Amino acid sequence: MELLQLLLYGCVLGSIVALGAVGVSLTFGILGFANFAHGDLMALGAYVAFLVYVQLALPFWVAVPLAMAVTALVAIAFDRVLFRRFRTRAPVILLISSFGVALILRSAIQLIWGPETLLYVTDLQIAERWLGLRYHERQLWIVGGTVLLVVLLHLFLAHTRPGQAMRAMADNPTLARLCGIDTERVVLWTWVLGGGLAAFAGIGLAMDTRLQPDMGWFILLAVFAAAILGGIGKPYGAIVGGYVIGIVMEFSTVVLPANYKPVVPFAIMVAMLLFRPTGLFAGRST
Amino acid sequence: MEGLLAYLVFFLTFAGIYALLTLGLNVQWGYTGMLNVGIAAFFAVGAYTSAILTAAPNPAHMGGFGLPLVVGFAGAMLVAAVLATAIGAITLNLRSDYLAIASIGIAEIVRLVLKNEQWLTGGVRGITGIPRPVQGTGFDGPLILLVVLGLVGVVYAANERAYRAPWGRVLRAIRDNETAARAMGKNSLAFRLQAFAFGAAVMGLAGATYANVIGFISPEAFDPVFATFLVWVMLIAGGSGNNRGALLGALVIWGVWSGTEFAINHLPEAVVTQAGALRVLLIGVLLQIILVLRPEGLLPGRPPPPIVDDQRR
Repeated sequence: MELLQLLLYGCVLGSIVALGAVGVSLTFGILGFANFAHGDLMALGAYVAFLVYVQLALPFWVAVPLAMAVTALVAIAFDRVLFRRFRTRAPVILLISSFGVALILRSAIQLIWGPETLLYVTDLQIAERWLGLRYHERQLWIVGGTVLLVVLLHLFLAHTRPGQAMRAMADNPTLARLCGIDTERVVLWTWVLGGGLAAFAGIGLAMDTRLQPDMGWFILLAVFAAAILGGIGKPYGAIVGGYVIGIVMEFSTVVLPANYKPVVPFAIMVAMLLFRPTGLFAGRST
Repeated sequence: MEGLLAYLVFFLTFAGIYALLTLGLNVQWGYTGMLNVGIAAFFAVGAYTSAILTAAPNPAHMGGFGLPLVVGFAGAMLVAAVLATAIGAITLNLRSDYLAIASIGIAEIVRLVLKNEQWLTGGVRGITGIPRPVQGTGFDGPLILLVVLGLVGVVYAANERAYRAPWGRVLRAIRDNETAARAMGKNSLAFRLQAFAFGAAVMGLAGATYANVIGFISPEAFDPVFATFLVWVMLIAGGSGNNRGALLGALVIWGVWSGTEFAINHLPEAVVTQAGALRVLLIGVLLQIILVLRPEGLLPGRPPPPIVDDQRR
């Protein structure tokens, strides 16, 4: 029973990590760099939702799409102002720049909302029980919302022209360009998807734990590990990777002190790099 | 006047410690093109190693062993290099992004160990009473500064020697065109490992210097913003691949960072509580400006001219 409980918690954490990892995997595959600002984009989404839901007191179903839209726009803005300039240069410059963007976002969040810990709902919530399992209603919303977004993502990637162009570019950028795909358009879609999903993941993380300016930094390692596990440039792989990471992280508390839970994704990633560097679904390794 | 002098000594001592970190990163990134985003880990490991080796016995943490400072410094370099070799062996033959990601993992592990393993590190309370290189002379500050600058000089000379040596040439070849370097029969993984361990040892030395200069360390001092991000900005601003650039970058950016502290303290009180975030924001923007306007830094790295064999001419 205790293991089933951990599986449930693992699915909640896995949903959060999976949605973050899709964005990382797509930007990694299409733009060729590991976006170190992705965790802080997640945090930004969570805080924008806080602004709309708590500070402006609008309904939650308004706050979530609005936060996703704002985060996507911020991601596009950073791409227009900075990342686009570095695209012709070595990809590592993009990585270093994104490291700087991560700190800009984090300190901006702290300047706007302060360094304190915040919550969407401050009154005490009692866990509900079902067949001996403890859960919170918000956890069901996180998992349910993730499933819905994954279905929408699948429909987009499989059945629309921009979605197909994105997959082609994530798979082989040079070949995609030769086929006449408008790369700048695909880049735009990448940030729309990556930013929007990051915002939802960030909101989920904030619902499951709480809001802190550095929340994105601490989830970043798990998100990267999931993207690598799933294979770079493979959005479906990233989703599987996210759930694997989330579930293993929760199960690790059986054998490891809970303090060390953040290290688990790193251990999985190292094992992966040693034994199967292309990821579970044979993404790119170079 | 005296206060100003004391501040100048303090300022230069810290600039020296940052210069050590920047020189270490220069070997890894400037020479070889390896992305280490976990500088804080090697810095912290060096600091704690030296602290445990040199401090007087204390039941609150492992040791101290009360050993001479030289042993502490050597131990710090050794432990940092061993850690770098272990992580490098796994990630260095993969693409550079993976090293960057793995290095934040290492930094995370080190951070958690510092906080949670009280028997080893004293936990959040840290380690106190770490002996200083000079004590009770009446001129402690300036003399310690001389020691720090001496260490910077030694590391600078070693870096320069390595840069001109065939070893440094191979590193540049690997950075610029790994396939060609391997076609010339160079074992690129071995060279990368050596450069990574060398750079990490220098970062460990910086950590030991920090611990023994301040006399007190706790996990907070090894925040990735101060210990990793600032060092990156310093190297990029100064000029990746150029040791004089690394020194200049450390001095200039440390000056900017300290200067913003002065500037912000004159702002309204409501803003001052947020000063830390504002300073980080400014440095983040500064990095982007450098990357856009002058990506090669103040002193761009210029490899020494090829050696011309006189007899063959």
